[in-house]
Amino acid sequence: MTDVAHASSPHLAHHFEDMGQQRASASLGMWTFLGTEVMFFGGLFAAYCAYRFSSPDAFRIASRHLSVLLGSINTAVLLTSSLTVALAVRAGQTGDRKEQVRYLLLTMLLGVAFLGIKAVEYSMEFKDHLVPGWNFSYSVLHIPSDVPERTAERTELFFVFYFFMTGLHALHMIIGIGVFAWITHRARRGEFTPEYHTPLECSGLYWHFVDIVWVFLYPLLYLVDLHK
Amino acid sequence: MAGRVDAIFLALIAFSLFFTFAICFLIIYFAVKYRRGSKADRTTTAHSGALMEFLWVFIPFVIVMGLFVWATIVYYHQYRAPDDAFEIYVLGRQWMWELKHPEGKKEINELHVPLGRAVRLTMTSQDVIHSFYVPAFRIKQDVLPERYTSVWFRPTKTGTYHLFCAEYCGTRHSGMIGSVIVMDPVDYESWLANGLEPESMAASGAKLFRTLGCSGCHDVNSTVRAPLLDGVYGHPVPLETGQIVTADERYVRDSILLPKSQVVAGFKPVMPTFQGRIDEDELLKVIAYIKSLGKNVRVER
Amino acid sequence: MSATIEEVETQRTEENYLTADYGIWSWFFTTDHKRIGIMYMISITFFFFLGGAAATLMRLELMTPGGDVVQAETYNKLFTLHGVMMIFFFLVPSIPAVLGNFLLPIMIGARDLAFPKINLASWYFYMVGGLFTVWAILAGGVDTGWTFYTPYSTMFSNTSVILAVVGVFINGFSSIFTGLNFLVTVHKMRAPGMTWFRLPLFVWAMYATSIILVLATPVIAVAMFLIILERSFGVGIFNPKLGGDPILFQHLFWFYSHPVVYVMILPGMGVVSEIVACFARRAVFGYKFMAYALLAIAVIGFLVWGHHMFVSGQSMYGSMVFSMLSFLVAIPSAIKIFNWTATIHKGSLSFDTPMLYALGFIGLFTIGGLTGLMLASLAIDVHVHDTYFVVAHFHYIMVGSAVMAYLGGLHFWWPKMTGRMYPEIWGKLSALVVFVGFNLTFFPQFVLGYLGMPRRYYEYPAEFQVLNVMSTAGASILAVGYVLPLIYLVLSLWLGPKVGSNPWNATGLEWQTSSPPPKHNFDVTPVVKEPPYAYSEERNLT
Repeated sequence: MTDVAHASSPHLAHHFEDMGQQRASASLGMWTFLGTEVMFFGGLFAAYCAYRFSSPDAFRIASRHLSVLLGSINTAVLLTSSLTVALAVRAGQTGDRKEQVRYLLLTMLLGVAFLGIKAVEYSMEFKDHLVPGWNFSYSVLHIPSDVPERTAERTELFFVFYFFMTGLHALHMIIGIGVFAWITHRARRGEFTPEYHTPLECSGLYWHFVDIVWVFLYPLLYLVDLHK
Repeated sequence: MAGRVDAIFLALIAFSLFFTFAICFLIIYFAVKYRRGSKADRTTTAHSGALMEFLWVFIPFVIVMGLFVWATIVYYHQYRAPDDAFEIYVLGRQWMWELKHPEGKKEINELHVPLGRAVRLTMTSQDVIHSFYVPAFRIKQDVLPERYTSVWFRPTKTGTYHLFCAEYCGTRHSGMIGSVIVMDPVDYESWLANGLEPESMAASGAKLFRTLGCSGCHDVNSTVRAPLLDGVYGHPVPLETGQIVTADERYVRDSILLPKSQVVAGFKPVMPTFQGRIDEDELLKVIAYIKSLGKNVRVER
Repeated sequence: MSATIEEVETQRTEENYLTADYGIWSWFFTTDHKRIGIMYMISITFFFFLGGAAATLMRLELMTPGGDVVQAETYNKLFTLHGVMMIFFFLVPSIPAVLGNFLLPIMIGARDLAFPKINLASWYFYMVGGLFTVWAILAGGVDTGWTFYTPYSTMFSNTSVILAVVGVFINGFSSIFTGLNFLVTVHKMRAPGMTWFRLPLFVWAMYATSIILVLATPVIAVAMFLIILERSFGVGIFNPKLGGDPILFQHLFWFYSHPVVYVMILPGMGVVSEIVACFARRAVFGYKFMAYALLAIAVIGFLVWGHHMFVSGQSMYGSMVFSMLSFLVAIPSAIKIFNWTATIHKGSLSFDTPMLYALGFIGLFTIGGLTGLMLASLAIDVHVHDTYFVVAHFHYIMVGSAVMAYLGGLHFWWPKMTGRMYPEIWGKLSALVVFVGFNLTFFPQFVLGYLGMPRRYYEYPAEFQVLNVMSTAGASILAVGYVLPLIYLVLSLWLGPKVGSNPWNATGLEWQTSSPPPKHNFDVTPVVKEPPYAYSEERNLT
């Protein structure tokens, strides 16, 4: 069986016995990498939680200033892009070249839309002087006068986490879009067939992961004080 | 306390020596007996290793858990200061120790204490993390900025002992050293009385309490309704949120700097913050004063 | 398999991985795990001697109680340099990236690691990280200690902290890539018949190590990232005045840095298992327990980070839990020591250089482990935390044990890697010198620590001088012990006698291919039919 696979696929790397082994390795490698990513964002979430517990009021006040509307639209955009990726992978499994390209382009478009909306949000926050370490001032937050100054100062911490976490997430998105550009190029050349579509599948996994991170970021950053 | 720590240490040393020598003896013995070409009997019995493995999982487990319990009990007593301890305030900063006696006497890099009395240190740092370490008393505690930590000891022998900073704190870390001088109680009293008669910590605190305007509200005759502070220290305080907290140093400090974060039940959040108007040194004094207010009487409101 | 066999057989049999290609670019662009292993070996040797030079200067400074050899600032930079180089750029990559890279695929009968290009990328990340750190030194050095504790590192130090932190951050990718590659390779690339319980313990050790590398490294990345942010923008993450928490940094830092201690020691345990079995001519006693013990250490290792923080002001009850879990690590460690001892029982022992290193490892690891119990004891740790006792303890584990194992493994597999044998007499001598020098250097530090000498002290009270002089004297012997192998191993590349495929007459797939191995490791994909360490009387008769 191995010699058939070896002879048949131009995609088989020299050190694998057959395509099955190569595919299983790539897939396990991707999952392991995502495990690493989970620990990375996990560390960040842990730090976020520590500070949210130590300065709950500041986080509440600061969170109110984020645009829940834009955040929600972005959540919808990103979730939709997960669907289109899933459809692209599905097209890979059936070997439908046109569908692959179409859904990949759609995914990238949604990704760019997400980043665009994010950029709008960032620019709004920049105008409002809410970028920590750059031009931070909490005067725009309309903090009630009975809130102690110290709590008001700590709203900066919230924005540190806001920018850091969404920024890292956006970086992951940009990398994802870059990867998809390359994958789309390969899809257009008809490289992905029902027998061989591992790169498509792995990049899809990555995109889903980035999506899931946002699913956690959205409530932690935007919905802190929504229950009132 | 040093004796109790040393006892565990010696027990562990004995255990370690036994273990190390047993292993080394076996290795050397086997190395000689079973060296290549020796005529030793190498027929192995057919028994499986499972019983052996179980034994050398189970026996070490029992031993280490015993050690854990013993060391933890001693640690618990190291951690809990006795009630009769008298208080010294410690401020660490790059690269010196400032120590203040309750009577107000201030020392730099030297701490005089009377023999036999428990001493509790309440410590904070002005800059980075330091660590208060007196090897002879087997005590060590990190000293953190914007936070109070404490440690206690009861000296049992007069003499001069090293005081080190044990947490790396910058260029002159190794120069952040001093000594603890344990004196006969009589000598200690005369040492205290000697020299300038400084104000006690609590007395300076009382002055600050007036000059900063605290007494304007927290006073029996005040028109503004604010909680009285007599006997508050060390006791549970019900909060507006329904929580009950113990009024420790941290609580008092937070109430001064962040008055709105923990409002006492039945009062309005009217107190302004003293953030920026009071420094670490003054804070310690005000805390000392509040501690001194009716130490053991709980005043009914 | 037939096509595979034919494909490989077309290569000329005398050709090996070293002669398959020529020229500098055939190295810099290689994806051959063996060549990458060699590149790692050369690079870590450089960083080892850089870190060693710093240690030498420190020991010289500590000969006298006062400051005389260097300034206090310089001393602080030296111990930071020593720590950063030795931990991040020597010990973490040492056995995994050199011996693991070279041997792991061969030991399981694979032609390469699962992701050869990522493997090459890992070396580049490692080098770029290293260059940043060297840049930090050239830019004036860093004085925070390798622990980068906040708020000192973020608000008070005036040195090139960011450069060093960036170096450590980038280096993290190399660890992750190596770990990821090993995990996938062990799972998916084993030769026919190579079941999980036929894996050599070295492979098990690499597997356990990789789990730690993959799951712990990202957390230090977060911690380093936060330091960069805080130091560049002063946003208050670790500044208590702005609501930040300097202790949070310690949690993030030790969540990585404690497990990473096991990244340094687990591979050593793997190496020693191989060596002891070979030179005792016996299967490792309790093989399955040894494998499970490796995994147990890796898993429990994630739950004990708080024992570095007993006096940091964390909750008393938290400390108690961490203390108990730390005691538990002793059990799998004890299993290993007992089983090695049981392995040489009724063996047929010979004492070649690797075996001397391995026996030295067992002795030093025993002492390092037992003093670890003392540090896990809350009451004792309060006293000896941040003193020379701790310094001595972790050097027994990380230098005494891990470096002994690395050198032992290097000697053991040197003929396999180079095709040449080193001079045995010099090998034995160096093993002896390292063992004696090491104990002389670090045993006095246990005493110093219990007497109360804090670590990272540039000057110290005069009463500690005698022990410090002993330690410095030992360090000079130790330095000789480390330079010796460098000289004779390098010389052996030209002068050493050529060896056959299996000079030690050992089991294991790596000994069934030629020395040095061919480019794709095996001329014929091996089929494994027996458990590991199938040593027997008949095999001795050669």
